Amino acid sequence: MIDLEWVKDYIDISDQDLKELAVKITKAGINIEKVITNHIDNLVIGEVLECEMHPDSDHLHVCQVDVGNQNLQIVCGAFNVRKGLKVIVALPGAVLPGNFEIKKSKIRGVESNGMLCALYELGLEEKNDETYSKGIYEVSSKAKVGMDAMKCLNLDDTLYELDIHKHRNNDCYYHIGFAYEIGAILNRPVVLPDDKTSPIKDNINDHFSLKVETDKCPYYLAKMVTGVKIGESPEFIKRRLTAYGMRSINNVVDISNYVMLEYGQPLHFFDKDVLGDKILVRDAADGEEIVTLDGKIRILSNDDIVITDGKKPVCLAGVMGGENTEVTADTKSILIESAIFDGVSIRNTANRLDLRSEASIRYGKGLSYEYTLKAIERACHLLEKYAGATVLSGTVMHDKINKKVKKVDFKSFEINKLLGIVISDEDVKVELNRLGFPFEYNNGEFEVIIPPRRLDIDPYVNDIAEEVGRLYGYHNLKSTLPNEAIKKGEYASDIKYRKIISKRLRSLGLNEVKSYTLVSPSMADSFKYEDKKQIVLPKPMSIDKSVIRTSLISSLFKVYEYNHDHKVSDVLIYEISKTYDANYNEESKIAILMSGNYMSNQWHALNIPVDFYLVKGIVQNVLDYLGFNNRYTFEKAEISDLHPGICAKIMLDGKMIGIIGKVHPSFCKDDVFVAELSLEALMGKVKPIKFKEALKYPEIIKDMAFTCEKNITSDIVMNAIKKAGGRLLTNVRLFDVYEGDNVGVNEKSLAYSLTFSSPSKTLNESEVMEVFNNIIYKVEKELGVKLRNK
Amino acid sequence: MEMEEILKNLKKDLETVLTLQQLSEVKAHYLGKKGLITSLYSKMRELDDESKKSFGGLINKVKMEASDLIDNKKELIETKILNEKLKNESIDITLPATEIKFGAPSILEKMIEDVEELLISMGFDVIDGPEVEEDKYNFEMLNLPKGHPARDAQDTFYIEGEELLLRSQTSPVQVRCMLLGKGKKPIRMICPGKTYRRDDDDATHSHQFMQIEGLLVDKNVSLSDLKGTFDVIAKHLFGEDCETRFRPSYYPFTEPSVEMDISCHHCKGKGCNICKNTGYITVAGGGMVHPKVLENCGYDPKKWSGFAFGFGAERLAMIKYGINDLRVFYTNDLRESKVFDRKEAN
Repeated sequence: MIDLEWVKDYIDISDQDLKELAVKITKAGINIEKVITNHIDNLVIGEVLECEMHPDSDHLHVCQVDVGNQNLQIVCGAFNVRKGLKVIVALPGAVLPGNFEIKKSKIRGVESNGMLCALYELGLEEKNDETYSKGIYEVSSKAKVGMDAMKCLNLDDTLYELDIHKHRNNDCYYHIGFAYEIGAILNRPVVLPDDKTSPIKDNINDHFSLKVETDKCPYYLAKMVTGVKIGESPEFIKRRLTAYGMRSINNVVDISNYVMLEYGQPLHFFDKDVLGDKILVRDAADGEEIVTLDGKIRILSNDDIVITDGKKPVCLAGVMGGENTEVTADTKSILIESAIFDGVSIRNTANRLDLRSEASIRYGKGLSYEYTLKAIERACHLLEKYAGATVLSGTVMHDKINKKVKKVDFKSFEINKLLGIVISDEDVKVELNRLGFPFEYNNGEFEVIIPPRRLDIDPYVNDIAEEVGRLYGYHNLKSTLPNEAIKKGEYASDIKYRKIISKRLRSLGLNEVKSYTLVSPSMADSFKYEDKKQIVLPKPMSIDKSVIRTSLISSLFKVYEYNHDHKVSDVLIYEISKTYDANYNEESKIAILMSGNYMSNQWHALNIPVDFYLVKGIVQNVLDYLGFNNRYTFEKAEISDLHPGICAKIMLDGKMIGIIGKVHPSFCKDDVFVAELSLEALMGKVKPIKFKEALKYPEIIKDMAFTCEKNITSDIVMNAIKKAGGRLLTNVRLFDVYEGDNVGVNEKSLAYSLTFSSPSKTLNESEVMEVFNNIIYKVEKELGVKLRNK
Repeated sequence: MEMEEILKNLKKDLETVLTLQQLSEVKAHYLGKKGLITSLYSKMRELDDESKKSFGGLINKVKMEASDLIDNKKELIETKILNEKLKNESIDITLPATEIKFGAPSILEKMIEDVEELLISMGFDVIDGPEVEEDKYNFEMLNLPKGHPARDAQDTFYIEGEELLLRSQTSPVQVRCMLLGKGKKPIRMICPGKTYRRDDDDATHSHQFMQIEGLLVDKNVSLSDLKGTFDVIAKHLFGEDCETRFRPSYYPFTEPSVEMDISCHHCKGKGCNICKNTGYITVAGGGMVHPKVLENCGYDPKKWSGFAFGFGAERLAMIKYGINDLRVFYTNDLRESKVFDRKEAN
């Protein structure tokens, strides 16, 4: 949050329309999410002409108030309202914070045409016992009746709510930094605030010793003031802190916050008399304790940094002060700390303790040393001025910070090339001056020094190009296209396969779904058909997203359940996604789930319900499409959570590539069928397509049926027929499976239709019969099955 | 004449015939073995050779004529029967069709493919990278060293210590691709895919989401080229009247960095709730590949430059199709999928 009334202290923007300025700033790279003004219409200065008690109340007053163009009768309950007082009047139509609209009304029978206001009612002060007890705001007698009250009292304010990326936060999230940003945009100078003091001869170094024993604190400065008088803050400090959303505590505490919001540098004030004469900065010991300002006991770890008095911690560095050395109403002397701590360490501490303070946020984002000293001097100045402090001379200092100047050498054409623009050396000079970046220019070569406050800028020409570019205005960039491509783009082969299969499945009427990679342990355990160890996240967000799946089936099942619960009766879905096992092997899988009807027309009594063979057909269709016909088989299998009798492994060239089956009735009582295939396994080589001429000579079709034991599968019989059939047998098709009265109890009958043909001649009956009989003979002999008599 | 009399009677008889049965009776009466016409042949025996010839010719003629008459009548009756049959077979063509199931794509895949097809035509390859990724590629080489605020441990799903993670962005594919290019090959690619961050799932957050990321590395590539490329993509997705805008932004792996906005699809730039009254919606981030990243991946930033961009697939789809809850993409309600099973306007 940036308070524009405050920014005006450092840069002249009195001529600016603050809404337009916000647009300019946003275009230049700092996103202003919201422009907030506190202005309230229909708020004027009035003077109380008459003030009498309400006839029907012991505390209400009936006032006649001059508001400039008229006199109004207003009922007021404040104890301090009196004749002759100048007041803030909310006229009918004014809308006060909390969307409270002032209307003409009757209060206990007496007409009231407005309201006399306290500052807290206008959102300019916090509402508490203290502000409440002050009653209505007493306007100076010099104020002109009828004037806009906020303007007259200088209470008008505009706030910018910023949304700044993590990367560039600190240099413009305080008022002086923000003033520099405006300075660059408007090409105007920034004036830093007064930090002069009149120190006494007494030197802090004679009273105080500092030792830093951790490299997480490269810079530590301390100054001392005495004779502090704790009291109320001046109005402007109170108002600015309130606008920012901070509570005013007292003049001393407010100053430490005020300076932090000015310079971005967090300060910490110790009660010097309690603290003693020594400061030791070190890593905390594991298990060490400190009671922070909020009264809570914090247990520290070795990663934390603590400020100690030589023995015990007095401050959790960069996060929050200790209760033991807190500034109180009795405080007389103060030790002011201004330091740089390691951002990562502060961030980790704040996260671990769940203690995000204004200070820890600033340190956590990385802080420049540029204002560490300035801030402490400014604080001394304000303490001297507003808390009656006496400033000791000298500064206690530990200085190991890297102050190496960041420089960039470049020529203008490099910037032009990166941005695709044409600007001259002279233009670059203008931009650098606006940015406040010192530079040297020699014969077309620039050497720029990056101000330390701009921690976000690295010494690369790209960084300078960005700064120049955003002032040049990205909206002024042309739209060009990169040089013509030298080849057309294409899909990587695994993606191509995924797309091909995806399209095929969709054309077969299946819907693509997208589910989560992270699943619950119970989902991860379901439908496990592979001997794969799974990755379990060490720190999951929740147990239901804690395992990286190795199969997609349980995710599809979840989608099925959702749709089933929402009365979608036909669920035909698939997903193609990557899976990972504990050895970090990646495998893309194609999973299919089908339930309900594949095709239907109820009034027409047409119904093709999904069953095992339909899903098998889908799988075969995909495999054939990919060119694998005659290379795959289905082998009976038993897989957990699938029906033990309706379940198979899918084999390609003798290797298992997936599974297919019906979901186990104890898992789901509805008929749900699933299949899963490895995509990688399907990326193998296939034969090129070759034209095959249709037969010219007639085919002879003959049927045969065998009775066999139930456990003999169709494939076994089919393969035996094919083997025995030889060249003339060109097709075998199963057309009937029968179990029942006409065969034995443990038997079934399988009927096949055999096609015989030759590419070179018309076959005669006797030729065919010879082969036909031979098949029967061989199959009976090989499998122990019997030809079924008609 | 006797023969003419026979034909005359035949015609008369045929007039009363209604069924094929009656017709065959009539046929037998005239043309059967003992039929009126057939029996005329027996009279030939009484005639001399000369008369036989002419009489035989006459009988043949009558026979043919009679056959034709009967055949015509047959055809007539058959047509009538067929027409009656067809009339009975007439159906109510307004009864419901047999339902052929729809096969809709995932909304996200559809969105991604839309961008892929365009960029392939502009010479970009579509490539892929692992979702279980090394910290090195996901962060380190992208100018996000350990301790960088932007990689706050809270945001990332770590798998093993601090070295393996579920990628929090698709950018590691950039690194892998550049390393393969060995500092010599120009690169044009997009790498759409899944990414993961520690966010609680709600209407605007998802712990799993999809990015569409692109990278172009070549000699003489500029930010203006990114602007032009973005224009083409935006217009392809949202129509020719879609306006675009670049705003400065900050990403660790690009410098300069930009945010890319399109004019609000909903209010056409006039200002509404969706664009928070700005008239624009941010749809992508990007910029010029940071020289440190180029260097890390073996490309000399003095010779090469590149731009990179990243879209959120969910965000694009939400804007394009008016979806206002991220969870829609992962709930897979088939009642909602259905409408996506068709071609689009262009």
